[in-house]
Amino acid sequence: MAMINEHDALTAPAAAPILEGDAGDFFALLKPRVMSLVVFTALVGLMMAPGEIHPVLGFIAILLIAVGAGASGALNMWYDADIDLLMGRTSKRPVPAGRISAETTLAFGLFLSVFSVVTLGLVINWLSAGLLAFTIFFYAVVYTMWLKRWTPHNIVIGGAAGAFPPIIGWACVTNSISLESIALFAIIFLWTPAHFWALALFKAEDYGRAGIPMLPNVAGERATKIQIVLYSVLTAISGIVPTLMGFAGTTYGVVAAVLGVAFIWYSWQVWRMADGDKKMIPAKKLFGYSLIYLFGIFTALLVDALVAKFFGVVV
Amino acid sequence: MDHVELTEQQKKARRSRSVALAVVLACLVVLFYVVTIIKIGPGIFNRPL
Repeated sequence: MAMINEHDALTAPAAAPILEGDAGDFFALLKPRVMSLVVFTALVGLMMAPGEIHPVLGFIAILLIAVGAGASGALNMWYDADIDLLMGRTSKRPVPAGRISAETTLAFGLFLSVFSVVTLGLVINWLSAGLLAFTIFFYAVVYTMWLKRWTPHNIVIGGAAGAFPPIIGWACVTNSISLESIALFAIIFLWTPAHFWALALFKAEDYGRAGIPMLPNVAGERATKIQIVLYSVLTAISGIVPTLMGFAGTTYGVVAAVLGVAFIWYSWQVWRMADGDKKMIPAKKLFGYSLIYLFGIFTALLVDALVAKFFGVVV
Repeated sequence: MDHVELTEQQKKARRSRSVALAVVLACLVVLFYVVTIIKIGPGIFNRPL
């Protein structure tokens, strides 16, 4: 016990910050809510891909994709600590709140990036590892460091990072990229703008304070609402593409069409919302529904794939 | 160089990090063991001694 007591008295410069962040804070650096979306969509890509993968290796592949996504989240929190501090939604994150230092966060993110990519390459295949590396690079460098503070189209282009997981999951099984996996990518890619612009509408003050050029702050509410409706229509169309391409059944197509019509309806309510509305209820409802939409679409795809795989029928 | 006494909160946070690290390392041991068995398969037991 004496040794433990000696360890408690660290030799360090008086001014050096001492970590107060616990394991939960390090887990928060991985953006667990974003990670849950990544895990789910990657799993659907993996389950829909033609071919076989050992179930344990499939589980490990999803785990490594999740770690890679978490690593890019940590790198994002390292770089964005200055603007996170200025926004109510993000000011309690471990870095702006001072519980974990920026240097530690950078090291954590870089280590997990290298670990997840190299292990995925060694255990599964190097195409999926390369795609994971590109996804981390795209989110941490292209989106976070370049697009986010520069253009109102930041989340349109940056949305690609969040759309890659099903392609990676698919590549884990087939060691290839196909039109089918690109169709899954397109659903998330086209869904992202309406989802984030709904958030940007009712968080415009926060984004304005941080100096992030989100569309409502740069182009105004009216232009944003028009763009939201346009992207919701594109998202609804992309949702039924798997059935049109023949790799999902008719039942899925009907579910996707109903979910898509509801998505357009919620967007339409946002379009009808008076400019300058303070409560922004329709925008908040659209933001909530957009999450339900994406989980609904990918759940339906998963069920479709499982039925086809285990019962050999397309419904 | 001064000696710095950790506060109770810092000790608690360090303990939490240490436990999490131990759990992660143990999981990695299991993960690499399982992957080795799956990748090499039963053949691992049929090698000449």
